[in-house]
Amino acid sequence: MAYRAQQINPWFGVGAAALVAALILGTLGVVAFHAPNAAQLGPSDWAAIRFTVSQALLSALLSVVFAVPVARALSRRQFRGRGMLITLLGAPFLLPVIVAVMGLLAVFGRSGWVSQGLELLGLPPVPIYGFHGVVIAHVFFNLPLATRIILQGWSGIPAERFRLAAQLGFSARDVMWHMEWPMLKRAAPGAFAIIFAICLSSFAVALTLGGGPRATTVELAIYQAFRFDFDLGKAALLAAMQLVLAGSAAMLALWMSQGQGGFGKGLDRELERWNEGSRGLDFISIAAAVLFLLVPMLAVGSRGLTALPSLPSVVWLSAWSSIQVALLSAGLALFLSLSIALAVTRFAWIESVGLLAIAASPLVIGTGLFIVIFPVASPQDWAFLVTACVNAVMALPFALRVLIPAVQDVCDDYGRLALSLGVSRWGMLWLVILPRIRAPLGFAIGLAAALSMGDLGVVALFAGTGEATLPLQIYRLMGAYRMDAAAGAALLLAMLSFGVFWICDTWGRRGA
Amino acid sequence: MKASFDVDPAVRIAVIGPSGAGKSTLLMALAGFLQPSAGRLEWDGFEITKQAPSARPFSVLFQDNNLFPHMSVVQNVGLGLRPSLRLSSGETNQVSEALVSVGLGDMGARKPAELSGGQQSRVALARVLVQRKPMILLDEPFAALGPALKADMLDLVAELCTQTGAGMMMVSHDPSDAKRICETAILVAGGRANAPVATDELLRNPPEVLRAYLGA
Repeated sequence: MAYRAQQINPWFGVGAAALVAALILGTLGVVAFHAPNAAQLGPSDWAAIRFTVSQALLSALLSVVFAVPVARALSRRQFRGRGMLITLLGAPFLLPVIVAVMGLLAVFGRSGWVSQGLELLGLPPVPIYGFHGVVIAHVFFNLPLATRIILQGWSGIPAERFRLAAQLGFSARDVMWHMEWPMLKRAAPGAFAIIFAICLSSFAVALTLGGGPRATTVELAIYQAFRFDFDLGKAALLAAMQLVLAGSAAMLALWMSQGQGGFGKGLDRELERWNEGSRGLDFISIAAAVLFLLVPMLAVGSRGLTALPSLPSVVWLSAWSSIQVALLSAGLALFLSLSIALAVTRFAWIESVGLLAIAASPLVIGTGLFIVIFPVASPQDWAFLVTACVNAVMALPFALRVLIPAVQDVCDDYGRLALSLGVSRWGMLWLVILPRIRAPLGFAIGLAAALSMGDLGVVALFAGTGEATLPLQIYRLMGAYRMDAAAGAALLLAMLSFGVFWICDTWGRRGA
Repeated sequence: MKASFDVDPAVRIAVIGPSGAGKSTLLMALAGFLQPSAGRLEWDGFEITKQAPSARPFSVLFQDNNLFPHMSVVQNVGLGLRPSLRLSSGETNQVSEALVSVGLGDMGARKPAELSGGQQSRVALARVLVQRKPMILLDEPFAALGPALKADMLDLVAELCTQTGAGMMMVSHDPSDAKRICETAILVAGGRANAPVATDELLRNPPEVLRAYLGA
């Protein structure tokens, strides 16, 4: 039987899990309770559901299809900067959506570089708004994720097997048929399902690039029903639809990706290969991916750099708000995830609260909290606190995925020893567990802070015209066509997001 | 590590020596998985130093991971003939015959996980058989088997070599393996692989480094 850490007090974790469950399910209940029976889904709502599913399917499909040659090239080539490139593939995960959208607009937008190039050739510009734009943005965010997942599959093929293949004289085709295809059959569906689930809950991308009857996701429809029509019944009905959609997709993704490790462990291992395959194809795959990912980021950076010195004061004000929200959110996420991770050593089922958090819609939680707060106080006054709480819940699945295995390892490795030495519960936590998990802890805090820093979601629901977080401020600047100021603010936001992650992650590694 | 010698391709050679001395390194350099930092490898007067592993005149039995777990026994053996697995009927017969000669005639449809350790080694040997390379390289392939089973497998290897006229070179940390099936032995010690000498002679009068290792 596996060792159980008797020296851990699980009740904090049980409480934290209950709190999260109450927040997610309670707010849904509140929204449903306030929905008048008469509310029905109209044609535009069905259109939103259809759009949500179809864009998610296409985004997931394209991300995985493009990721395969990139992952293969990365797995079988050794070159300078390979490690840095793999690190770069983690960057879009932390990049605020609004910043990426600005970058994509600079490249693919009406006056963007690609469209201007096409114009020189006498071709029409790329349609960046609507379905195309939403899919391009989703592929931008999820191609790196798919590449990392599939690259992990490649690294999972034992090096000895490639040696055997070389001994038997496998051609690149044989390697593909006997070794890579079976691996892809296992890894690709999981990657597809995860990305599909992520794209289903898309709000900020749809808010900025979508909209209108033809390009509205369910999350965006909830926001519109609430913000423009104040139609709680419809918001509740859409919220229930979203929970079913996202919930079943999350379950599917979890089921399909079982047994696959977390954030790219062992990706830096270089495999020695004797079956070379096509050099040209690999070069093109890597170069295309780098261009697609880097150019939009550089576009924001170069435009933002000139605007940075003359940013309006509201930008600095909202940046300060964002920092406060991010720190509060990271603290909350840390408390919740650490309590839950500790409790998992005693009650394994508590882990499932993470699944609930994956399925939860921030807009639904926001709507529910709004309804609760509205009769007693001005929701605007609560905007930042609510945003921090919701962001903490959204970061929970990622934090848990990092912390649970780390805590488990410490308990497995040192639990008996600590028990035999008579270490107390507090001693176990402060002297054994926390120092041993410092690195994943720093990573998790940094992740939570960066995600919250860049989040453009529930804050759009709550904030009055007076105050804003930095992402919301950028959205407003874009709406007012103050693109230079928006670019400068976007650069500032990207620096804050990556900066806070870097500080936390470095803190964690330094002691490890 | 340094090595400079000629070997007779038709004999069975043991590679013995202390742990970490470079026995496997020698074998992997021959097989083409390690490039020597200087010097050349020749086979029958032709240089093979730069040849791809599969183009060299050797078939290899590794310590582990000799079989693909998702393929059947027949497929694993068939890889030795055609990595694409598009086998002609004549080649399919060759696979069946090879399986019969290692005593696995009725196990062709099984997956490696459904076989015992000894049977898995036999599948790998069947593949070596169909590869028809002039020399077999073995890197402690039976280390995980029990003593009786290991002796069986060694005898089987020796028998297959005699049958096909192939030579072999085997890394082993157990001198009794060498004594059992190898006429000559290469001593790897002190950063040097020595020229092969008669196994009996080497074990009867071991040099200082080998004596320390044998503990006798």
